[in-house]
Amino acid sequence: MTDLAHIRNFSIVAHIDHGKSTLADRLIQSTNTVAERDMKAQLLDSMDIERERGITIKANTVRIDYTADNGEAYVLNLIDTPGHVDFAYEVSRSMRAVEGSLLVVDSTQGVEAQTLANVYQAIDAGHEIVPVLNKIDLPAADCDRVAEQIEDVIGIDASNAIRVSAKTGIGIHETLEAIVKHLPAPKGDATAPLKAMLVDSWYDSYLGVVVLVRIMDGTLKKGDRIKMMQNSSIHLIDRIGVFRPAMQPVESLGPGEIGFITAQIKQVRDTRVGDTITHEKKGTDTPLPGFKPSQPVVFCGLFPVDSAEFEDLRDAIEKLALNDASFSYEMETSAALGFGFRCGFLGLLHLEVIRDRIEREYNIELITTAPSVIYHVYMRDGSMIELHNPADMPDLSIVDHLEEPRIKATILVPDEYLGDVLKLCQDRRGIQEDLTYAGARAMVVYDLPLNEVVFDFYDRLKSVTKGYASFDYQLMGYRQDHLVKMQILVNDEPVDALSTMVHRDRADLRGRAMVEKLKDLIPRHMFKIPIQAAIGGKVIARETLAALRKDVTAKCYGGDMSRKRKLLDKQKAGKKKMRQFGKVDIPQEAFISALKMDD
Amino acid sequence: MAEDWEQGGFGLYIHWPFCQAKCPYCDFNSHVAREVDQRRWLKAYISEIDRYAALVPHRVLTSVFFGGGTPSLMNPDVVHGVLDRIRHHWPVANSLEVTLEANPGSVDAGRFRGYADAGVNRVSMGIQALNNADLRRLGRIHTVEEARAAFDIARSQFERVSFDLIYARQDQTLDAWKDELKQALSMAIDHLSLYQLTIESGTAFGDRYDRGLLRGLPEDDISADMYIATQDICGTVGMEAYEVSNHAKPGAESRHNNIYWRYGDYLGIGPGAHGRMTLNGQRHATEAWSNPNKWLERVEQGNGEKLLQRIELRDQASEFLMMGLRLSSGIDIHRYEALSGSPLNPTNVSYLEDLGMLQSRSGMVCVTPSGRMVLNAVLKELLAD
Repeated sequence: MTDLAHIRNFSIVAHIDHGKSTLADRLIQSTNTVAERDMKAQLLDSMDIERERGITIKANTVRIDYTADNGEAYVLNLIDTPGHVDFAYEVSRSMRAVEGSLLVVDSTQGVEAQTLANVYQAIDAGHEIVPVLNKIDLPAADCDRVAEQIEDVIGIDASNAIRVSAKTGIGIHETLEAIVKHLPAPKGDATAPLKAMLVDSWYDSYLGVVVLVRIMDGTLKKGDRIKMMQNSSIHLIDRIGVFRPAMQPVESLGPGEIGFITAQIKQVRDTRVGDTITHEKKGTDTPLPGFKPSQPVVFCGLFPVDSAEFEDLRDAIEKLALNDASFSYEMETSAALGFGFRCGFLGLLHLEVIRDRIEREYNIELITTAPSVIYHVYMRDGSMIELHNPADMPDLSIVDHLEEPRIKATILVPDEYLGDVLKLCQDRRGIQEDLTYAGARAMVVYDLPLNEVVFDFYDRLKSVTKGYASFDYQLMGYRQDHLVKMQILVNDEPVDALSTMVHRDRADLRGRAMVEKLKDLIPRHMFKIPIQAAIGGKVIARETLAALRKDVTAKCYGGDMSRKRKLLDKQKAGKKKMRQFGKVDIPQEAFISALKMDD
Repeated sequence: MAEDWEQGGFGLYIHWPFCQAKCPYCDFNSHVAREVDQRRWLKAYISEIDRYAALVPHRVLTSVFFGGGTPSLMNPDVVHGVLDRIRHHWPVANSLEVTLEANPGSVDAGRFRGYADAGVNRVSMGIQALNNADLRRLGRIHTVEEARAAFDIARSQFERVSFDLIYARQDQTLDAWKDELKQALSMAIDHLSLYQLTIESGTAFGDRYDRGLLRGLPEDDISADMYIATQDICGTVGMEAYEVSNHAKPGAESRHNNIYWRYGDYLGIGPGAHGRMTLNGQRHATEAWSNPNKWLERVEQGNGEKLLQRIELRDQASEFLMMGLRLSSGIDIHRYEALSGSPLNPTNVSYLEDLGMLQSRSGMVCVTPSGRMVLNAVLKELLAD
């Protein structure tokens, strides 16, 4: 155990690509925490997807020993937090586990929306914040302007901001000194009943579930019997240790310390982020504040492209769910797509991560249906149901009204693209709440319906601003609006996987856009195919895909036979990749592409 | 005794891979060479003929076809030597058809007399268009006048003469094509091959097309209209299509090409030539080395084949269906069932019948005129699980 005065716990707040992982690598390296030969880039990001996208999904931690200029030895615990809005709750728990933050801002770019959201969480958690201006080695660095922006936009003093180049190592020593000098030591009572916060957990194929904890009060030792306060489950601790960043066993963990435990826990599902861990006997009665069970926000259907792979998909989803309590699923049957799963996610990034992992780690090609949000459907009899799938929308005669989730979106954008951003938000039924300037950048805050955002809002935003806008959001609750279920009929038959919930005022536009897109996406058949959008029984848009008139090989003689036969075999195989609906083959990409709005 | 497999007949294809110029639409195995040692080529053809004769002896030959390239660049004595050797090895049908492809630019009367003396009795001419502007765009080195003159020479030397036209060309209108087709029919022949221009990858046109530089190609709907007009106009003069792109008066059909479409046996001799032959009751595919020099060298070492492979019954069934449905007479359903081991999926058949694409009667299945226009889609549907 380390005495409290010589512990510093901190996190790093930064936007993607502003150099958080490089800075963490450099802090680890300069303190000789990892042997030189074991260094690799993004030491703390362990998943392929994390490394590829430069994002952190699971919280990672490392314990650094540092002897300061004052000659005293300190233990520095860095928690590398997830940096994305989808994982806002997980971020908030990691923030509660430390006392201070390094705010890393790219000195060539300035403050981004995501930085804002995370820095506000750090402020909410009562952190002391040390601003760090990174990438000062680049010619485009403008430290004075960015420091000023930090003061203007975030409202913290940036006059002593540390100027760093994580790449070249400039300012690393100053950063370590600032952590010791400016961040507060943790508080806690080693003799009080145990209170440890469950910061994160994950599945390790050798050790079972590994739990990351921060001790608030009391002491935790190997062999202790612990209780998870949320479900009162009891476990025996069989391993206790710290990350450097490899696992290293320790005798015990005391107040202010951050480390891991294993306790023969089988499923990640049995451990809840934010839960309080105490001793079975003589434990505390009052859990730490702020626990929230995780709630999926975005839903979509995942179907195997090859329907023979359904069981493989089930297997993959079950395995992933064991390691991710925030991911929910249930079986879904679609007339168009066959058997699959309706899955719930914390947000779009979470959805993409899970989908990528199924496709890559389990090698299953997927059809993903349009993401949907949870609508509250109020019935005539006063009851309310949660609607996760437009296909399940009850008959209108028994429905009183619907409510949909809204978000508060914060967008930072260079001045010249502001007009396009405002138009995009208006088109998506947004209500402007705020518009301010910081230098040449505008910050707009919009109240938006989540269903207008979950699908392609971020793509559109990136495209209208050439990638210069940054975007973040938080959920704001439900509001009633005039929402309807729009069906798509292909060859007079409804295609359930193409049903969507839309606002009535937007339905005609969306319906028209969808049938026009489908007309291009569905190949011509030997007969003409009507494609319609309808609300209830009323058709609001219609296109007709003309019949195929000519598709025949002009020349086919003895020398063409082998090649043409192989081509035919290939086309036959290609037909399998389409979904047959009645007699119409719909290509799998149509299920997503049809919904994309060009606005 | 096995029927000549199986009523498709037995033919021999000889590939001459050289041209005076390469046409921009052509994806055949053709090469422009400054000098060709024709004696050496004759020896090579004879060597391959001898090799095949040992493998498939005693078959009654119904057709020989000289294709290319431009076979009318072959010296008549080479054609003579090849045909003598063939007649030496195999018994030939009374009605043996011997076709030679000729380009209108490379015709002179003496040469044609030489081919006729060698035993050629049918000529297929690559006229391609009946106006000079379009001939130039197609990269042809002859004019309409030369083509007509060459055609007349051919008619004087051979009993049967056919020619090819390419339509649905760049900037061609429906009316222009109708006029051109009527002119072609007025040239009073009994066989015509009418191909819609196809852009093949690996050709000069394919390359231009990919770069967006091949403009003025008719839209699908126009080419469909052109195809229908072609059927109508040919029908009025008794030259109905007996195959997707081939028209003939009854009895004047190409016997050689019918071997392909009826899925008979044929030997492919020459660079890149493909064959289908029955060895010990098993159907095999053959393919020769396609580079002319490589083929020559291999043949001189004893064998020009790149591939000799048994064809699975299932693949034979697909090939039989794919080729046979090109014919207006269609396929013999019993032969299909014998090859595939099962009948055509009845759901698929009745679906296509309901759409008016397919019809079956007295043991034959054929596509309707509408079905023929979308034959690729019909085949996909018919073979779907």
